[in-house]
Amino acid sequence: VTGLLRRTELLRTTPPLRRRYDVVIIGGGAHGLAIAYYLAARHGIVDVAVIERSYIGSGGSGRNTTVLRANYKTPEAIDFYRTAFDLYRDLTQELDYNLLRSERGLIWLAHDEASRRIQQERAFLNQTFGVDTVFLEPDEVKKLCPQLDLTCGRTGRPVVGASFHPPGSVIRHDAVVWGYAAAAQRLGVEVHQDTTVTGIAVRNGRCNGVQTNRGPIDAGAVVSAAGGQVSEVARLAGLRLPIVSHPLQAFVTEPYKPALDRIVLSTQFLTYVSQTSRGEILAGAEIDPYNSYSTRSTFAFLADTAARCIDQFPFMAKLQILRQWTGTCEMTPDYSPIMGGAGIDGFYLNTGWGTWGFKAVPAAGVTIAELVATGRVPRLIVPFALSRFRDDRVIADRSSAGTH
Amino acid sequence: MGFLLRCPNCGRRDNREFWFGGEDRSAPKNPEEESADSNFERVWFRDNQRGLQVERWFHFAGCRRWHTVERDTHSNVVRQAGLVREPGGDEGIEGREGRCER
Repeated sequence: VTGLLRRTELLRTTPPLRRRYDVVIIGGGAHGLAIAYYLAARHGIVDVAVIERSYIGSGGSGRNTTVLRANYKTPEAIDFYRTAFDLYRDLTQELDYNLLRSERGLIWLAHDEASRRIQQERAFLNQTFGVDTVFLEPDEVKKLCPQLDLTCGRTGRPVVGASFHPPGSVIRHDAVVWGYAAAAQRLGVEVHQDTTVTGIAVRNGRCNGVQTNRGPIDAGAVVSAAGGQVSEVARLAGLRLPIVSHPLQAFVTEPYKPALDRIVLSTQFLTYVSQTSRGEILAGAEIDPYNSYSTRSTFAFLADTAARCIDQFPFMAKLQILRQWTGTCEMTPDYSPIMGGAGIDGFYLNTGWGTWGFKAVPAAGVTIAELVATGRVPRLIVPFALSRFRDDRVIADRSSAGTH
Repeated sequence: MGFLLRCPNCGRRDNREFWFGGEDRSAPKNPEEESADSNFERVWFRDNQRGLQVERWFHFAGCRRWHTVERDTHSNVVRQAGLVREPGGDEGIEGREGRCER
C-alpha cells in the first residue's frame, strides 16, 4: 500500500465540466464516490462525473463515528451489511490507500430484560446467517472490557448482558472518501467539487441530465447519493420521499493513552464509545428529536452524552472535550435504506442512510453501480426498494440503528 | 442547534420541554373517502423542507397541549406558535384558528 501519502493527488486541478457524461452522480460523499469507483472498476464505465456542492466527504462521510459492523437484526440487512463488511476488509488493498482499519470487537450492552432479549435474538439471528455474534453474561462483559462499570454509575440501569460482535471495527472515515476518490480518478472518473445541482431534467418519465450552477449536463443516468439533503434533490425531480432529516451529534475528547480497545454500544444509554487511533475517546448518541438541516451542535447534547458516558466509563470523568460536531441524517420510517429506481427512467436513488450509512458504503457502491450498469436490480438490494412502503414490506430494524 | 419555543400558555421554554410531533400533515375532511394513494402518501411521505416548516409540538413539561409551530429548519428560528384545537371539537385536531399568535 502506497496511498497513505498521496492525499495531494486529490487536489489536482479539476477538469472543465463537460456537457455530457454517461453517468452523473449527485453527492461526493463516500457513497457517491464508491458508486463512481465501482462503475469504473467493475463495469468499465469511466465517463462519470461526481457532482459535490462543497468538498468531498463534507457531509455524513466525514462526520460519522467510523464503526463497521454487520450485526443487524433482519435477514435482509445482515446479508447486505456482511457484504459491506467483507468488502471493507480488503478495501485498503483494492484502493491502494491505507484506511487504518482496526478490528476491536463490538460490545452492545443491555440494561433490562427487554434489551437483554433483543441482544440474545441478535446473537442467534446473526449466527443463523453466518455473522459472528455471541451473547455474553455481565461477568464475561467485564472480562472483555474491564474499564466498564457494570453498575453504570448506580443509575439503576446495570449491565445485565450484552451481545459481542468480534469483527466490529473502526476505520479512518476520511481515508475511505479520499481512497475512493483517488482510485476513481485514476480510472478516469471526474470529481467536481464546489458544484451545485440546481435542477434535474425529467421529460416523459425519463431523466436526461441535470442543471448545475456551472451549466447543464446531459447524462445517460443520474444517481442521487445526496445524503441528508436528499429531499431537496428529489424535489428537483418532482419526487417526495418517506424521509426526514435529523441532526446527529458526536464529540471527541483530547487524546488519551490507550485506554479502550473495544467499541461499546448501549441500548438504554444510546451511546457508542470507542478510542480513535489518535487516542481521542469518540462518543456519539441518539439523533436530535426534531428534524433540522442545522449542523450547529448543542451544549445539551454534550452535557447529556458526556454524563451517560461517565456512568459507563468512570475514567472519562477526567477527560477534556476537544470538539463536537453535527451531521445531517436522512431517516427512513423503518430504519432501513432506500436503494433503486424511483419511477423515473434513468434516475436512481441511493438514500435513506440515516445513522447507518457509513458501514454500508462498499456494498451500496457495488450494488448501485451494478444496477446502473446493467439495469438489473441486484438481489442484495431488492428488499430495499422505495416501493416496499406501498407493498407493505417495510424492513423494520430500529434496534440495529444504535441511535434510538 | 438548541432553541426555545414560544408556548402560548407557558411562555418561552427550552425545546426539550416538548415532544416533537413532526411536520404538519393535514388529515382529509372525510377520511372514509380518502383514496388509497392519498392515504399512502399521507402516511409515509414527508416534505422535509429546508426552510419554513409548519410542525407540531406537545408541551409535556408544561401545559400538556399540542402546539403548531412554524420553524425554519435550517436556522431553527421559530416564527410563529399557536395552540391546536383539542380533538373532538368541531375543527378536530387540525383546526388552525389557534395558530399565529405571535
